[in-house]
Amino acid sequence: MSTRLSRGGRLIDRSAALDFTFNGKRFKGYAGDTLASALLANDQMMVGRSFKYHRPRGVVAAGPEEPNALVNLGSGARLEPNQRTTTTELFDGLESASQNHWPSLEFDVGVVNNYVARMLPAGFYYKTFIHPRAAWKHLFEPIVRQSAGLGRVPKDRDADRYEQAYAFCDVLVVGGGIAGLQAALSAAKAGAKVWLIEQTAQWGGRAPVDGVEIDGKPADAWIEATLAALSKMDNVTLRTRTMAAGVYDHGYVLADEKVADHTPGDGRPKHRLWRLRVGRIVTATGAIERPLSFAGNDIPGVMLAASLRDYVVNYGVSLGDRTVVVTNNDDAYRTALALKAAGLSVPAIIDARAVVTGELADKARAAGIRVEAGRAVVKVKGGRRVTGVQIGLQAGEGAVMEEIACDAVAMSGGWSPVVHLWSHCGGKLLWDDKIAAFRPDATRPPTGAEGQPMVIVTGAANGTDEAGLLADADAAGRAAAEATGHKPKKAEAASISNPASIATEAVWIMPQGAGPALKMKMWLDYQNDVKVSDVQLAAREGYESVEHTKRYTTLGMATDQGKLSNINGLAVLSQALNEQIPQVGTTTFRPPYTPVTFGALAGEARGDIFQPLRRTPMHEWHEANGAYFEPVGLWRRPYCYTRDGESHEEAVKREVLNVRKGIGLLDASTLGKIIVKGPDAGKFLDMLYTGVMSTLAVGKCRYGLMCSENGFLMDDGVVARIDEETFLCHTTTGGADRIHAHMEDWLQCEWWDWQVYTANVTEQYAQVAVVGPNARKLLEKLGGMDVSKETLPFMQWADGTLGGFPVRVYRISFSGELSYEIAVPASHGRAFWDACVAAGAEFGAMPYGTEALHVLRAEKGFIMIGDETDGTVIPQDLNLGWAISKKKADYLGKRGQERTYLSDPNRWKLVGLEALDGSVIPDGAYAVDIGVNANGQRNVQGRITSTYYSPTLGRGIAMGLVRRGPERMGETLEFTKLDGSLMKVRIVDPVFYDKDGEKQNV
Amino acid sequence: MLTLTCPYCGVKAEETELAPGGEAHLKRFGPGSSDDEFEGYMFARKNEKGVHFERWRHAYGCGKWFLAARDTATLEVFATYPAQTPEPPPEVVAAIKARRPDWKGYK
Repeated sequence: MSTRLSRGGRLIDRSAALDFTFNGKRFKGYAGDTLASALLANDQMMVGRSFKYHRPRGVVAAGPEEPNALVNLGSGARLEPNQRTTTTELFDGLESASQNHWPSLEFDVGVVNNYVARMLPAGFYYKTFIHPRAAWKHLFEPIVRQSAGLGRVPKDRDADRYEQAYAFCDVLVVGGGIAGLQAALSAAKAGAKVWLIEQTAQWGGRAPVDGVEIDGKPADAWIEATLAALSKMDNVTLRTRTMAAGVYDHGYVLADEKVADHTPGDGRPKHRLWRLRVGRIVTATGAIERPLSFAGNDIPGVMLAASLRDYVVNYGVSLGDRTVVVTNNDDAYRTALALKAAGLSVPAIIDARAVVTGELADKARAAGIRVEAGRAVVKVKGGRRVTGVQIGLQAGEGAVMEEIACDAVAMSGGWSPVVHLWSHCGGKLLWDDKIAAFRPDATRPPTGAEGQPMVIVTGAANGTDEAGLLADADAAGRAAAEATGHKPKKAEAASISNPASIATEAVWIMPQGAGPALKMKMWLDYQNDVKVSDVQLAAREGYESVEHTKRYTTLGMATDQGKLSNINGLAVLSQALNEQIPQVGTTTFRPPYTPVTFGALAGEARGDIFQPLRRTPMHEWHEANGAYFEPVGLWRRPYCYTRDGESHEEAVKREVLNVRKGIGLLDASTLGKIIVKGPDAGKFLDMLYTGVMSTLAVGKCRYGLMCSENGFLMDDGVVARIDEETFLCHTTTGGADRIHAHMEDWLQCEWWDWQVYTANVTEQYAQVAVVGPNARKLLEKLGGMDVSKETLPFMQWADGTLGGFPVRVYRISFSGELSYEIAVPASHGRAFWDACVAAGAEFGAMPYGTEALHVLRAEKGFIMIGDETDGTVIPQDLNLGWAISKKKADYLGKRGQERTYLSDPNRWKLVGLEALDGSVIPDGAYAVDIGVNANGQRNVQGRITSTYYSPTLGRGIAMGLVRRGPERMGETLEFTKLDGSLMKVRIVDPVFYDKDGEKQNV
Repeated sequence: MLTLTCPYCGVKAEETELAPGGEAHLKRFGPGSSDDEFEGYMFARKNEKGVHFERWRHAYGCGKWFLAARDTATLEVFATYPAQTPEPPPEVVAAIKARRPDWKGYK
């Protein structure tokens, strides 16, 4: 059983006991524990079940590579699924629950999958669930959904906040082990601005656990001294609990700082996402130990050798009293020695290598530990925990020579350098036979904006010998400083007094001649349940590419992204394909290195500040007067103003009728306003608009259409000529920025010799539309300028004052009524609005919103960009030929509109539509035609683009695009309804109200 | 995320400050051009692996459009330069040649 030892544990504080729960059971741990170490201290060896076969699973690692020990952490608004217990720092009151089992961890129904495992080989999804087709939806999928999945999805809104921050430095050192500390110090001494980040809460990495001595003293002393030196330097920033998630283009790095994961609810942000832009990145990210592939290597009690050592040395936790060590390299001997030093029993070290020499092996033998060379673990005995191991020859086929009783197995299959950050931006790898692993190829680094190497790798992350490790890190730090323009000091580094050999013998299957029965119990990917036999099956079925094999078997596709399984898996694949490992290659490393929570990526952008909000100067008045807002781009515009308990529908009806019969006020401030000025302004606008603007007289207004070069209608609006060289172009509310950018594009990149200047002045003005038969009365009451028909006729503008406000009044109408749009400087916007409301009271003035605006324009047959247009519609489709100049040699879109497809008479064109029964036609409904298309779908001949209930007419009205529509006036079509039935609709003139336009021209 | 130096204001701008505008140095074909010419201008875009010329706008900065010569595979930036030129100026071509001796040249 796993337990807390009476002594030891360099990271825990035995005077600070903490309470926590696991599956509702109360446990005790100590400050400094991880959740994994605290669970093991309480003999909770089984912590979860595997994804596919639901096999019992225990903690197998001590760091971010952990595939098994994932839990639902917290509850309610602080529930987080798939949290690794090995990286979760224990705090008082922590709640955790195991995942992927039903009904309980101890008794799980899904484990039947384990007994039918023979029927669930690699790719079984693809093979099993194909036929019959209907069975997937009704039979297979419900079962798969019930049994699949890891953690629970949180239902509540996240109670925590997250923040993001930018930082810049010359040298970013990732990894706070001794290599990272040394590299940071050497770079900082050269004067470089240095950031050093470490994913755990401690500095020093593995060295203190491994018993490394530096300059003859324990590593702790060197770490403390180096850290003290770094802390004193102004050019150094140190961050623990900060994980470098990804390296991106041109020295951009994302790092996730877990600020308050271990102190939830203390008011600080839970995470801080650092967005770093750096000169050089030094990765001192260390290496991850690999499992060995022997039968039963997934039974709780089998653990990575160095992780088992971590638990003993760091937390004073033993996995068992009797631990068999199995290895293909020297490092695992340190575990055997650490166990001995803690007073625990090591019955044997099973070493796959035929000859075992070296200092560590000698020490082990001297300590009385039995070392068996050339041997293999044939099979681990046990179900929910280890009870023993069977031993045979590594060179053999699995004949059992001996059985050793034990309650833990420490395995080491060698060390894989953490190459993720090197690889994210294109750094290449090479295979190193000495360590039997891929490591960065320094001749093919990821490159930056100037083609320079972006990343320098050092330490165990580069497969560097322990003997030269600190010198290598010093060189890396100095090189990074020099590359960013600093003058490095002379080479200077301490040395490791007791280095171990990192030589590793490649052992991919144990024993090497194992038969199918054993291979079916050799796990490669613990979380996704991929075994040696699955990868070999994939190879037999023709999956030669490692990327295909990965997806077919799901090897390395779990939340740990194959940190333990990838190298073993592709080694097995390359053997099965009879190829060398470098030829088979690796799968692609993609960010993030370990999962980053969505909260951190979203940062502060949630709730009210999800996106910037644009408010007009009158916004507060709208809020105070019953406005129901709708988003229009980043603006919020009143959709309607409800009063006396009206529904929105009733409010819209009232507002429309009030405009038609009396007077309405619209906040039109959001309308885009762009000044186009200069000697060539007229010529420029003639190219931008389909009509002619250069001939517009000063003081007059003209409606214009803008098309893309491809011919399609993109925006419309009224242009006013202010003076000989100045035009004011109105755009749609959503189009102002886009159209301004469009203008600048053509001015700067095509007609750069034309003398034109543009300015987007949308926010400089507030604009109020005073609309309705009584509009003139309101303006006259405000007083200050002549707004009569004679002085200011339709489609003209004038400057002046109204009620003491400086105004520019446009006689333009989007409703068909007598209408003035009055622009005032934005700072006067609210006061002018208030003045209009007050002056209009006696004439029954009411504000109206965007929905009434829409209804009013639809009654008049005016198009709306985004309703009648969708990027595939040209002005000719909308019968707007009158706004297209026939005389102009060129305008943007002219050539495009000449293409045969766009001049085809069969194109769908704009018409009015009304249901024979007077009802409102559903939005987006299609007009059906006879016959079916090649996909067996009903042919169509038109669609609805705008549809409303018209309060003015007392029935439904609609606009739509219909094939040859204008030629088919009076014809009846059938339109689809949502329930699939059809309704009869007549083609009519799109102008439903005041066809002659008399009302707007009074 | 790329960083490109705006040749107008001199700011080393991050991609979030920039708006992309596709291939640079397109020759416009308007009314009077053949269908093939118009199609080539409108739709046929290069898809180079290697040296490529692009339009970018310093949208959240000075607002100017500029051009960039860069390697689409390694993201190395050879030069950024003003947009008012129908083809890459000699110094840009020289900068590319210096880094990519095998480059076949513009067009």
